[in-house]
Amino acid sequence: MSYSEFLGMGAELSLMAVIILLFIYDTFTSSKVGKYLPITAILLLGIQTLYLAFGNSLGLGGLNDDTSLFGGMYVSTNISNVAKIILNIGTILVFTQAASWVKEDDMKIRRGEYYVLTLITLLGMYFMMSAQNFLLFFIGLETASLPMTALVAIEKYKENSYEAAAKYLFFAVFSSALMLLGLSYIYGATGTLYYTGIASELTVTPLTIVAIVLFLAGMGFKLSLVPFHLWTADVYQGAPTVVTSYLSVISKGAAAYALMVALTTAFGSGSEVWFNVLYIVIALTITIGNLFAIRQQNIKRFLAFSSVSQAGYIMLGVMSYENGFGDASLLYYVLVYIFSNIAAFAVAGAIERASGKLNINDYDGLYKTNPKLSVAMMLAMFSLAGIPPFAGFFSKFFIFYSAIETGTIPMYVLVFIALLNTIISLYYYLLVVKAMFLKDNETPIATIKSDGYTKAVVFVTALGIILLGLVSCVYDYIYNAAI
Amino acid sequence: MSILSIFVIIPILMLGGLFLSRNMKQIRTVATIGSALQLIAAIVLVVLFCGERSAGNTAEMLFMVDHVWFQALNIHYAVGVDGVSVAMILLSAIIVFAGVFASWKIEPLPKEFFMWLILLSIGVYGFFISIDLFTMFMFYEVALIPMYLLIGIWGSGKKYYSAMKLTLMLMGGSALLLLGILGIYFHSATDGNLTMNILEIAKNDAIPHFWQNILFPLTFVGFGVLGAMFPFHTWSPDGHASAPTAVSMLHAGVLMKLGGYGCFRVAMYLMPYATQELSWIFLILTGISVFYGAYSACVQTDLKYINAYSSVSHCGLVLFALLMWNTTAMTGAIMQMLSHGLMTALFFALIGMIYGRTHTRDIREMGGLMKIMPFLSVCYVIAGLASLGLPGLSGFVAEMTIFVGSFDHTDTFRRVFTILACTSIVITAVYILRVVGKILYGPVQDQHHLKLTDAVWYEKFSTIVLIIAVAGIGIFPLWVSDLIRESIQVISERIIP
Repeated sequence: MSYSEFLGMGAELSLMAVIILLFIYDTFTSSKVGKYLPITAILLLGIQTLYLAFGNSLGLGGLNDDTSLFGGMYVSTNISNVAKIILNIGTILVFTQAASWVKEDDMKIRRGEYYVLTLITLLGMYFMMSAQNFLLFFIGLETASLPMTALVAIEKYKENSYEAAAKYLFFAVFSSALMLLGLSYIYGATGTLYYTGIASELTVTPLTIVAIVLFLAGMGFKLSLVPFHLWTADVYQGAPTVVTSYLSVISKGAAAYALMVALTTAFGSGSEVWFNVLYIVIALTITIGNLFAIRQQNIKRFLAFSSVSQAGYIMLGVMSYENGFGDASLLYYVLVYIFSNIAAFAVAGAIERASGKLNINDYDGLYKTNPKLSVAMMLAMFSLAGIPPFAGFFSKFFIFYSAIETGTIPMYVLVFIALLNTIISLYYYLLVVKAMFLKDNETPIATIKSDGYTKAVVFVTALGIILLGLVSCVYDYIYNAAI
Repeated sequence: MSILSIFVIIPILMLGGLFLSRNMKQIRTVATIGSALQLIAAIVLVVLFCGERSAGNTAEMLFMVDHVWFQALNIHYAVGVDGVSVAMILLSAIIVFAGVFASWKIEPLPKEFFMWLILLSIGVYGFFISIDLFTMFMFYEVALIPMYLLIGIWGSGKKYYSAMKLTLMLMGGSALLLLGILGIYFHSATDGNLTMNILEIAKNDAIPHFWQNILFPLTFVGFGVLGAMFPFHTWSPDGHASAPTAVSMLHAGVLMKLGGYGCFRVAMYLMPYATQELSWIFLILTGISVFYGAYSACVQTDLKYINAYSSVSHCGLVLFALLMWNTTAMTGAIMQMLSHGLMTALFFALIGMIYGRTHTRDIREMGGLMKIMPFLSVCYVIAGLASLGLPGLSGFVAEMTIFVGSFDHTDTFRRVFTILACTSIVITAVYILRVVGKILYGPVQDQHHLKLTDAVWYEKFSTIVLIIAVAGIGIFPLWVSDLIRESIQVISERIIP
């Protein structure tokens, strides 16, 4: 393969450049200059995002639509490019959130590792989403999961972190093993690992059914779909809040998109198998995630179960793969979910750092002392619950729209189940609002003085929650890339 | 820009103004000016609308504007009004205006209170002007969610419970509605040009009968929850009882009308076949609402509960009359919406004012208030008389039209039901007169009440605005029915061609 062909992976190469620059910066600068690392990381990633978004139209090259490399192993399309942009935006928000966290004494010496490791997982996700061959897919997946273990354990003097990291590692390895087993069956049945090759060779036999189910199970762990969701709450609780927010939005979004691509292109001809499995899994995921969330007191566990149920809604987009709306709605949902969840985690993180409090009960009367944080949290809750005019309403509507467009009665039933669940979810999201706004408290959390970064991330996410839905060009942009 | 968008823009500007206000005076100024502007705009709209009509413009909807919103899903910001929506907008404007004065001294957090109240009004106006299903649904939900905070923060009694119950039940209704709307959309045309526009869906008339029978109950129940249809009415008494005065006014006065309006604009108008097939089920349910609400009101001792159950009964009558689907009965239903909206708002305003003085809403602990606060008491009697249908006030006109129209049916089942529903008027008289007799006349129950004062200027202003409106409908009923009759005819002719 030639050098110019190699340049076709513009997105990955530019991210790699960012990683190397940050690595050099962190290694070779004194601690005096080193304190600018957070802002450097944000700016570099921002520039890279701009390159992804406008590189094509500016003629910088490397982002051509339908670039196919390595004999078709890697394919970059408009929609995968948009997916990468969305993940980048989310990562920038997480980095902004992290900026005040990495200033703490404990984290100072490890901040370089934090940024580099996070970006390496992002690189893995890039490959996972652009893969058209299960080998590359798997490499991407592992590149995304293993550094994540280190990130979960990055506060290494905290017991919880260790426990969480161990759980995450074991589950990741176990699910990878399951998936590999499934993939080996696929290889045995079809003789190829290329998506297109599998699509033309695949016939529904008991062997391929087992293979597809194993593959789904493996991905189910990554996405924390029920019944593979049990690690979620413990890991989310144990990991540092910043890492949790990254884990809950970026990694979930990437896995959902990659799974959609794999299922629709590679297993398209076996769709009746995974369709039925996924149908039940989605119904269970949404319902059980919701039911468990009701009982949670710790805000991080609460958001963990809420994110389990949100993953179910995201997967509804996969069910409507037959029409153009499926992938657009899925990505739009991910984008809105990124903003809403990061807003929630940013507020929870700010409160945790200032007061050490993580229980929903501790939020009683928060509005009196911290009105801005409370309003941001309320917007996040409303958006997650799907209340108009906030973005979550639009993303839910579009996901339901795309699901119903397939036109079958079972899909109406599934959407109905999902809708009933939005009522349950509204209940527990309102519990947080109730604590902050309705209840009185003799000893509320004292007024928090947050630094510029926290203010910025809270403000930007809140603004996003309000505008992403009302301004229709965001959805149009994604949709135009999808068709 | 169309005159209709003004109804969304004014409240948004008000939100901005409230956000910037620093003290109570500024808050009041913004709220008063904004709601007065809305009222003026509503009156201008009525005048313009009547002008267009008398100039011979017979289009179904006037002042239509259509902007594409989400190209890919064919979602538009499409607005337009017919006589019914114009009447509803005027009703909302009057009640918001009166509501601002009724909450003149709201504590704590006055700024937030008005902001949520205005957000609620955006939802209400937006709902009445929309003719695109998506936009309509969005505004509908925008109107619901502020209720949670309005009741939860400024309410009384078991407010957390009531707020949560109300929100969850109404949102449950809207979940059904969303499914129904998506179903309507995907069957809106046979030639593949799917649309969310209500007028186009009605023109295409393409929803298969099988789907009508599925979608009609979904949408009717979805809106019916907000219209307090039995057995989905249980949020209403608790919600109204716990809500602060202005919120009760807006909720019973305007929000519950969203239910009735939606029932006929979406469910009945778009699915005439299913309306004929299935209306008997809902006729029974709404009949129960009418009865059950009235009987329950008889045994309550809390003033707000009495009115809440009375609202269940009156709003039941709205849905009941709509399901009779002939022009006269449906015109009566819309007039009942107007009449009930104004009358209940007046009731709740008065109850709020009385409660603010006596600190009790239990009718057993009050008596002889006529001597102590004559102004409020007289207003209360007027509201009561309107409610039990005294000629000259709005209630009489509405109920008369409803029962004349309903009895016009040749169908025995409907005639029997009409007769049964008629008896609810008698029960209404029982509970209204019981309250009036108990708390306004008779001996003073509590000596502390003797020191209480009568209404102050802003309270008087608020009640007088409402009383003028109530009497207005009673004295000029023909003017109101002319406004709405033509629009109703279009819909009833779709059901019985």
